[in-house]
Amino acid sequence: MAIRATHELHERRLSRNRGVGLVLVAFIAIVFGLTVVKVQNIGLTEGFDHVVRPELILRAE
Amino acid sequence: MSDATFTPDREAEFGDYVALLKPRVMSLVVFTAFVGLLVAPVALHPFVAASAVLFIALGAGASGALNMWYDADIDAVMRRTAKRPVPSGKVAPEEALAIGVGLSGIAVVMLALATNLVAAGLLAFTIFFYAVIYTMWLKRSTPQNIVIGGAAGAFPPVIGWAAATGGVSLEAVLMFALIFMWTPPHFWALALFIKSDYDDAGVPMLTVTHGRKSTRRHILIYTVLLAPIGPALALSPVGGPVTLAAALVLNAIFLKGAFDIWRRDEGEAETDGYRTEKRVFRFSLYYLFLHFGALVADRALQGVF
Repeated sequence: MAIRATHELHERRLSRNRGVGLVLVAFIAIVFGLTVVKVQNIGLTEGFDHVVRPELILRAE
Repeated sequence: MSDATFTPDREAEFGDYVALLKPRVMSLVVFTAFVGLLVAPVALHPFVAASAVLFIALGAGASGALNMWYDADIDAVMRRTAKRPVPSGKVAPEEALAIGVGLSGIAVVMLALATNLVAAGLLAFTIFFYAVIYTMWLKRSTPQNIVIGGAAGAFPPVIGWAAATGGVSLEAVLMFALIFMWTPPHFWALALFIKSDYDDAGVPMLTVTHGRKSTRRHILIYTVLLAPIGPALALSPVGGPVTLAAALVLNAIFLKGAFDIWRRDEGEAETDGYRTEKRVFRFSLYYLFLHFGALVADRALQGVF
């Protein structure tokens, strides 16, 4: 439920609120971007995913 | 902190909080940190590199906010700084403190996560050095405040280098030395032509404690000591022909300017409105910018040849 009543405070603080909003969005974008880059840097990984994959099974030869 | 105890003349706008971070100082930090990161022998992913520079700059900004919180009494007296957010009453002192501490924490933690602990540790130390050692202690107690405070400004390229390599080596130390030795002549030239301000605020600036003649001599001495660092950097692994050429030309001009300042007396300076001092101050900004720009140019040339 949105707050409908406006107060003159909302107008006075508009610049601050907008600025803080933009900073938060930018921060989220940076953390997300860093996560993507860091995960990509690990390279392709292969794990067990409940499917039998012969290449992961050690064979005694 | 609440509006009941603090009634500003007008509501602080977002820009007032940005001003708290000293954006002009930050731009120099961004540039030198970027160069330190770029010339390092280890390449970072561009996004990680950009984030690292951003968080180094944020840390510098946070220390600026802490400086403005603590120095509000001095800033209010000096013309150059009286319009800063805290002394002008736009931002409450406690708010500046909270922002400074909060952003310091975010910057250090994020730099550690983005790059490594060495870089983050250096950033934390730089913030501590600037906010506590310089602002709270040395600035008000010794005329050598500028010399030691300059170390805080000299750290960003080292942090950039550490962010890429995970350590500190000779090249990083030379970049540090360049800014460290450059700061005193740069700032004292400024102190010579905005003389009355530091007197009023009671900051022990060299011009106040040792007189202007001595300040002129100090500028010359520090510029002479600064001169070999540029060429040394040029001959180090991060240097090259562009840096060497830049170092020789820039040092020649700076030394000539410092010599001119040393030769003049106050009477002469006052007649022409401190023209030489202002010229040297302006040039000193180019000096640092072009030195680091030359390192980037040499790095780019390495890629070509």
